[in-house]
Amino acid sequence: MLGRTASSLFWMSRYHERAQNVSRLLEVACRGAIISHSGQEDGTHWTFALACSDCETGFKQKYEELNARNVAAHMIFSKENTSSIRSSLELARNNARAVRTGITAELWEAINTTWIEFTDVSPQSVTLEKLPDFLSWVNQRAHLFRGALLNTILRDDGYFFSQMGNFVERSDNTARILDTYYWTLLPDSDIIDDGSLEHYQWSAMLRALSGRRSYRFAYPNARLKAFNIAEFLILRTEMPRSLAHCYDWIADTAEDLAQFYGSREPSLDMAAEMARDLAEKQMHEIYQQGLHDFLSDFISKNNLFAHQLGEDYNFA
Amino acid sequence: MSDERTFFNEMLDEANTPRQPYARLAKWLEDKPANFLTKKGRDAETIFRRLGITFAVYGTEEATERLIPFDPIPRIISAPEWRRLSAGIDQRVRALNAFLHDIYHRQEILRAGRIPADLVLQNEAFLPEMAGFTPARKVYAHIIGTDLVRVSENEFYVLEDNTRTPSGVSYMMENRETMMRLFPDLFQSHRVAAVEQYPENLLQTLESVAPDPSKSSQTIVVLTPGIYNSAYFEHAFLADSMGVELVEGRDLFVDAGHVFMRTTREPKQVDVIYRRIDDAFLDPLTFNPGSMLGVPGLFDAYRAGNVTICNAPGTGIADDKAIYAYVPDIIEFYTGQKPILNNVPTWNCSRPDDLAYVLDNLEEIVVKEVHGSGGYGMLIGPTASKREIAEFRKVLETNPSNYIAQPTLALSACPTHVASGVAPRHVDLRPYVLIGDQVRITPGGLTRVALKKGSLVVNSSQGGGTKDTWVLED
Repeated sequence: MLGRTASSLFWMSRYHERAQNVSRLLEVACRGAIISHSGQEDGTHWTFALACSDCETGFKQKYEELNARNVAAHMIFSKENTSSIRSSLELARNNARAVRTGITAELWEAINTTWIEFTDVSPQSVTLEKLPDFLSWVNQRAHLFRGALLNTILRDDGYFFSQMGNFVERSDNTARILDTYYWTLLPDSDIIDDGSLEHYQWSAMLRALSGRRSYRFAYPNARLKAFNIAEFLILRTEMPRSLAHCYDWIADTAEDLAQFYGSREPSLDMAAEMARDLAEKQMHEIYQQGLHDFLSDFISKNNLFAHQLGEDYNFA
Repeated sequence: MSDERTFFNEMLDEANTPRQPYARLAKWLEDKPANFLTKKGRDAETIFRRLGITFAVYGTEEATERLIPFDPIPRIISAPEWRRLSAGIDQRVRALNAFLHDIYHRQEILRAGRIPADLVLQNEAFLPEMAGFTPARKVYAHIIGTDLVRVSENEFYVLEDNTRTPSGVSYMMENRETMMRLFPDLFQSHRVAAVEQYPENLLQTLESVAPDPSKSSQTIVVLTPGIYNSAYFEHAFLADSMGVELVEGRDLFVDAGHVFMRTTREPKQVDVIYRRIDDAFLDPLTFNPGSMLGVPGLFDAYRAGNVTICNAPGTGIADDKAIYAYVPDIIEFYTGQKPILNNVPTWNCSRPDDLAYVLDNLEEIVVKEVHGSGGYGMLIGPTASKREIAEFRKVLETNPSNYIAQPTLALSACPTHVASGVAPRHVDLRPYVLIGDQVRITPGGLTRVALKKGSLVVNSSQGGGTKDTWVLED
């Protein structure tokens, strides 16, 4: 396989995962803005979405007012914002186009149809009332992409590189969301009211990572608790967006690549070490190290891993 | 405007009775309700858009990817008609390859005075770097698209021999797939010769010209300028349907005289490159030094016989518009036979007598740039305004050797779906020819249709569409 093909498959998956993550963040914000029983002034919800996707600064440079229309323009439709849904879908499609020969017709049609339908939508038509439907459409299209990928592509190196892209992006997203509001997850913030800001942010974080319901199953009879939420999103391997789950997948895939090519590369050792670390760690150790330090350290190691992978397989 | 009564109608004769090859189709069209084709046309468009069968248009901000309009009524060619056409094409492509070998070696045809030497040797498309080099099997142009027009029951003319990197074959394939989805019943009532073997034939052709054909497996690649090229879809389509890598220049490198591609593991040696980039961009060390699309050192690896480039560099001389007028001589010179297919009579504006005639008759004729393509830089006298003609006259007088001229041909017309129903529209035909261990011609080809009433310009960049082309079997 060409190094460039590996790169395109990696980024095709990464950008799709990103589009879906941004849309889920916006769904949460939207929900907050619509049912404002959380008692917060309108802007808080949008700030959450902007901050978690790292585009607060860009937004403030361009817009004065924090409202649904402006946030949607910036995070969904903007061509300048490189992590907007539009940019992610376009980059995902360009990467898919570059490897038309390496992906199945089903997968290409899923990607291409998403892009065609997305560009048919006029930004003016997406008002606050219509936003939830639109975002859920984006979410479903991303599921369709991943379903088409898992169901149709050969389990060869192409598949492995696409999985790497998917889970590097996903773990980055989870770590960033946690880090944005890490202070609400410190153990001493546990004694709080149901209606408080922290409580709202916990619930928003869980929703943004599709974990609001599954938390209930992982911690039966438990109220929302900082310690549990942090453990759930970092260490519990059954949670498909936790850091531990992502690195289990990445380490397995690195092993698959080594088997497929018959040689072990430095990236394999990095992945194995990160997965082992997350498997052995206890939540109280992370608190001891400092939650923020742990998360920033994870984000940079995750980046280093992606870089090493590119080095090892010629797709820098 | 062209006189609407004098063109050849491929479906209906003078008495408006369907000609034999079209008999069943004409009946079928008659039986369908009024909006049937409109609906099918929309279905086809949805299929094309979903599959991403698009071409890029330069110079437009929005809609940079467009669909070529697809006409759902097939164009039909009978078996005897096709036999004659393919015999003519076969003769022509063999002669053109013999010509290329000759002018890059002993230049017998120039010594014999059959073509003015300057026309070849001073031509931009002639590559002195190719002199003395013999490609595998002496084949230069492996993939050719011969543009034909029909003017009467038995008269076809060759308009152009595209011997560089002819495009459109993916439309031939996808048009057929789409037609089979839209009208399965029509395929049951007609015996249509298949086109689906094209990628397999292309692969056989490329393998047969590998530097060392005895190797058990050949590494073949399609070289594309990238996703922003107007024909990118076709490049991906061909690589995919042959099961070979689609590469860009940056994916290849030359080491010790051999060409390799950068893979996720060890570099892999490449045997045959089906390139879809122009000569000038192939190798910045030999040709255009500014090229970002090519591969440094590629030409040396080629001349060392370590890789085959298809089509060979320097094949453009064979489809140069100034050489075109001499193709009948070329056929006679190398085959000793009369041409089966005729050239369109051509005036070479570099000759004073020809120029004088052209200037006197601008309102009647078509003038083309020698190196132009895509229907740009040409004058179609009968449809041009007085002012356009006056402006063109000035350009022509300033630089006559840059132009050739031809009579305005009454292109044949085929039934086409238009707003008002079904009406005749002018068409041309590009069959695709592969030359390697043998000459393989796919029955049919790409029919391009001028969708505007009376228009003779079939280029997709100028409002032309395409049709599926059916060659009926006996």
